[in-house]
Parts: sequence; structure tokens; C-alpha cells
Amino acid sequence: MSERINGAEALMRSFKEENVTTIFGYPGGFIIPVFDALYSYQKEFDCILTRHEQGAVHAAQGYARVTGQPGVVIVTSGPAATNVITGLADAMLDSTPLVVITGQSIVAQLGTDSFQETDVIGITQPVTKWSYQIRRAEDLPWAVARAFYIAREGRPGPVVLDLTKDAQTQLFDFEYEKCRFIRSYQPNPTPDQADLALAADLINLAKRPMAVVGQGVMLGHAEKELYEFLEKADIPAASTLLGLSIMANDYPLNMGMVGMHGNVAPNRKTGECDVLIAIGCRFSDRVTGDINTYAANANIIHFDIDPSELNKNVRVFLPVLGNVKQTLPAVTRLLKPARHTEWIASFKTYKEQEDKQVIARDLHPEGPAITMAETVKCISDKSGKQAVLVADVGQNEMVSARYFSAGPGRQFVASGGLGTMGFCLPAAVGAALGAPTSEIYAVCGDGGIQMTIQELGTIMQYQLPVKVVVLNNNFLGMVRQWQELFWDKRYSSTRMQNPDFVQLAASYHIAGRRVEKREELSEAVQQMIDHKGPYLLEVHVEEEGMVYPMIPAGQPISNIIMGPSEK
Amino acid sequence: MEKKFYTVNVYSENTVGILNQVTNVFTRRQVNIESLTVSRSSIPGVHKYTITATTDEETIAKMVRQIERRIDVLKAFYYLDDEIIFQEIALYKIPTDKVMEHGIIEQVVRRYNARILEMNRGYTVIEQTGHNEEIEQLYRDLEPTGILQFVRSGRISITKSSIERLSNFLAEMEAKRLASEQSYK
Repeated sequence: MSERINGAEALMRSFKEENVTTIFGYPGGFIIPVFDALYSYQKEFDCILTRHEQGAVHAAQGYARVTGQPGVVIVTSGPAATNVITGLADAMLDSTPLVVITGQSIVAQLGTDSFQETDVIGITQPVTKWSYQIRRAEDLPWAVARAFYIAREGRPGPVVLDLTKDAQTQLFDFEYEKCRFIRSYQPNPTPDQADLALAADLINLAKRPMAVVGQGVMLGHAEKELYEFLEKADIPAASTLLGLSIMANDYPLNMGMVGMHGNVAPNRKTGECDVLIAIGCRFSDRVTGDINTYAANANIIHFDIDPSELNKNVRVFLPVLGNVKQTLPAVTRLLKPARHTEWIASFKTYKEQEDKQVIARDLHPEGPAITMAETVKCISDKSGKQAVLVADVGQNEMVSARYFSAGPGRQFVASGGLGTMGFCLPAAVGAALGAPTSEIYAVCGDGGIQMTIQELGTIMQYQLPVKVVVLNNNFLGMVRQWQELFWDKRYSSTRMQNPDFVQLAASYHIAGRRVEKREELSEAVQQMIDHKGPYLLEVHVEEEGMVYPMIPAGQPISNIIMGPSEK
Repeated sequence: MEKKFYTVNVYSENTVGILNQVTNVFTRRQVNIESLTVSRSSIPGVHKYTITATTDEETIAKMVRQIERRIDVLKAFYYLDDEIIFQEIALYKIPTDKVMEHGIIEQVVRRYNARILEMNRGYTVIEQTGHNEEIEQLYRDLEPTGILQFVRSGRISITKSSIERLSNFLAEMEAKRLASEQSYK
């Protein structure tokens, strides 16, 4: 049955077909017809007005990361479209499904430098999975259906629909058909049976196998399949940054996090294992360090759904193409039950070394200043099992990754590949809407929060129970750390004079508290947790604190720095 | 790694903006495109790109996979010269009086198998198809006549292999489409 409606109304109906419930948006001239249609759909959709278009995209990312569903964004043309670019690039690198609608000038004026016209397709193509300009209303249902299919299926990613004013207002006969197939796109490549058999043989023969678990496991909803795989062959596993919270912290085979600021044991063991099984990860340079020495004693098996990731960063012995939801259980069936008790126990030596040289110092520092680690650990200890931590970028992110005990579940959200400062606060907005029954902690630094601090307004307007934790060291901490270690302590443009964050929150009617003394920390965190509604806790932390361990960029993992004495 | 001259064939849907996405992959790695030809293929709705570039095999292999990653790209392949049959076309415009003066028509036709497309009092247009070297050799031979205009196309190519990889891919995808339709019925 078709019915004559305009494009804006058709967009609303298409969203309903795709089970959209939440939209992050910001209106403007060339998208008014769509917002007008939204006005009649207030029961169907929560439309969240952010304070900046960048905030809208990051909020949609936060929403997508905790729900696994595409985040939906509606903004106008020109400056709004350019403001979403950072979030698109972030979502592209971190495989986050988004459908972003940008308004666009009228068709007759395209290409004439008309008011608020930008070449949205031209500038979004390199940072999206797909982008398409809709010039006629009758193309809208097809394009929207395709957009959701592309955003969701296979390796997820961001999609942009550039919606001209004409297409929003034209009347046409609406009919909606979900996209189920695109001739030029294979979201779920068929696994090669020979590869699966060979993978199982390699793992069955391994004396010292180790797995690296990436976000692909979460994106493929293959958590259960992962546990069965690891448990049958008794394989110790470590997470990448975005793989955190797939395995619970106390999961017996969870050996921690790999990467630049990851745990010592899994990083060192990468060099000692004989078979490295990488599952749904992309061998970021932040994970591998020097690729020539990475996993030098191992045959690497790489499970991934994206053919362009295989042999891209690291030459692997066996690439296994396919959705891990299918490939993992297929290999598990061929595995012989095994025990690697001694090998797993051998991780302990490094763990004890890290406990002694890094973690003890972080959690029980000699100096009077509070550390970031103490703060995050305190939140982790006091928060509920379902708590979600949304981190910003820099030291706060690495400390959150190291000291927040997340999972199993989608409980750790951070900007991985792009490393976008300012991600945290708006992403927490989206996380709060996507996971309304979970506690949401937005852990950021004094630098990052100020990049998108206007989203406190969004938190206020919708009374989102986000607990904002500002780890304030009056520095851009991670850059300062590099300057201290590698640039002769020349602190160029990293010292920051800050506002009173608690007062700033108060002006948004958000309760808050500042903590400067260790004795107050535990009670202040409890007060934040007990508070109903949004809250901002500013913690004055050690100004020149460091995040250890650290593998200097591009260096072999063996050059890991454990603390100040080694530099 | 040793740099070699590669020919890349890309097959895509006929939608706006794909050329940009394909060339972006080259731009990102700063690989210079030597020639680029885009046209309809023999399969309805499918466009074929022939791109040549000099780089190492690891790079070209990764680039081809990144091109294929674009949603509207069906398939992409890379070849060395010995795996394909390829051709270019060139046009040379020469003043007719010089052509007469140098008496080169017979040489052009016999030696190069070139064709005369137009000849009038003012100028003569010669067409040459062949490999890069042949086109350049004729250019050198014609140079003394004072070439008015010279233009050449990019390379087009056909594989020597008996396996038609694109057709196989399309057949495979058609089977998937049918299977997906079945599963929703």
C-alpha cells in the first residue's frame, strides 16, 4: 500500500521501519521540514537536542556502542555537515554504526556556492562507509533502507545521507522495503573450510597459544562463541582497548589488555607465544609497537570479517575471513580439549612485576596528591555490575581502561582509532539514553571536557543521570607525559588554566563537588553515586602524573617502560 | 620492495562519486596514477576502470582490497604486463605541407600500421594504437614535421587468464541474493 506524503514524513516512517527510537539532532535552515515532521513524532522518537553537531554525532556513537544499534543523527547543511566530520571519522575507525542525515541546499542551487552549501559527499566519502545525496523524494526510502543495511551489516560503520531541501518537501507515493542485499557488498563473506581446519590444526599443535580479542567479537555478538573457543583449548586471552568488557575482569582466561599502556604480561607474552590468535581486531600500531618484532615467535592466525584488514598491518600466517560468530564455533568444533596450565601460570610472573612496580605505586602512592588510578579504582569498586564507563582521550582514558573493572557487557566506551578529545561527554549522553538502567560514568580530563563542555546543557535539559568525573591535573596530561619522557620536559602548550568546573556545572543546575584530599575521595565518590540525576565530580589529581607501563611509539614491546627510574 | 608497473582493473556500479573513492585510495598513499580509463563494461550497469601506477606489490595488493571495500565497488584486481593484453590509442596532428615535404605517409602506414583519420590542406591527423613504446617511437619519428597536437588515451586491458573472475563473482552474488530472498519468504 502506498500513500502520498512528503520526503520529511517519509523519513519518519522509514525510521519507524528501521526501529529507530532515539535521534540526536540540531536543526537549521535546510533541515526544517524534517524537524517539522519530527514535531508530529514526539511519541515515537526521543529527539535529543545537543549543543553542537559534533556532540550529536558523539552522542549517537555512545548510543550505538552500548546498544549495538545504529545511532541516528539529523543536522542541517554547511557548517553542521562539516561539524559532524570528526565523529564520522571516529566512527569509521572504530566500526560504529551511524546513520547521519545532513540537510542540503535546493537542487537547483547545488554547485553554485549557495548559502550553507558544502560538498558533503566529497568531504564525507573518505570518512564514511557510504554517503549518498538524495535529490528526489522518491529515492528516499531506497536510500534510507540501504543506509541502515550498510551501517549495520558486516563490519559496521557510519553512513551519511545528504538530503536536499527538494527531497524533503516533494510529495510522492511512499512505500518501504528493507534492504537485504547489495550486489556489490558482501557483509558476511563465506568462510573457507580449509582455513578453518588449518586454524584448528595450528591451535591443536600449539604449546603456547594466546588470543587477542578485539571489538569484532562484540560487533559480531560472538561473546559466547569466544568463551567456548577459549575454554575448550584453554587459551589465555587479552583485549584490545575496544575489546575491553567482552571478557569480565575476573574471567580466568582474561590476561588483561595489550597495547601501548596495556598490561605487562599479555604484552610480553605476545613475544613468547607460538600461536597468536587475533580475533576481530585490526593490529593498530598502538597494539603492535614495532611491527617487525611483533609476535616474532608466533604463527599468527587472524579472524576478521573485513578482507582489507587481513595482512594490512601485520603479515599473518593464516588469515581467516568471515564473521567470528560463524568462524569461531566452526574452529571450536575441530579443537581438541587441551590444558595449558604451565603456560597460563607463567603470565603470573609479569603480573606480579606489574602489580609491584606499577599498580601498587598508582593505587598507594607515597605523595599526598590523588592519582587518576585511585579515583577510577574507587569508582570501579563502588559502582554496580552494570556500570558503563565512557572515557575521553589521553591519560584519563588509559587509566580508565586499566583500572575500571568492566564486563561482561558493553561497559567500556572510548574513542580508540581516532583518539578524539571531547568524545566523552557527548558519548556519555548517548550511552545514558541507550542504557537507561545502567550507571553512566563520564571520565575525562580537564582538557577533553572543555572541547565539548557545552553538552552539559544537553545533560541538564534531559536530566540524564550522567556522572561526570573530571580528572583535573591542569595539564594536557598525555602530551605532557611525552614531553617529559621524550622532549626534555619542554612543556610547550600543555599547561592549562581552568575554570571552576563545579561552579560551571552549577550554572547548568548540575550538582557537583571538588575533591583535593585523599581522605575525601571515597566519600565523595559515594556521594556522587548516591546522587539522583546528573553530577560532576572534579578530582584534583597529581599534576605531573604518568601512565605506566608504556611502550614508546613504534618500539618493540620489549622496550616497555615500567616507571620513572627506567628513563 | 621492488617497484613495478601495475594495471588495476576496478568494476563498480554506475553511481555518482565512485571515481573519487577509487582515486582517494591512491591519494592517501601518495601513489601517482599514470593513466586512468573509465567506461561501461560489457555487463549492463557495471563500469570498468583501468588504472596504471608504479608501486610495490604489497602496496598495490592492499590498495586493491581497500578499493574493493567501498560499497559500490564490485571487484578490483591488479596485474603485471605479462598477465594482460593491453592497448593505448594516440592521435597526432601534423601540418599537411610538412607531411608532403617529409614524405612520411608510407612509412607511417607500413611501419606503424597507423591510420590517417583526416587529411586536408591545413593538417593531417594520424591515429596509432599500440603499446606505450610504439606510440612514443612514432612521436619521435613525427617530431621533425612539427607536431601541432598530440593526445593519447589511458591504457585499456583484457586478462589473458581463462577464468572470468568478475562473472564468477556476479554469479556468486546472484546466488546469495536468491538465498536471502528465500530466507525472508
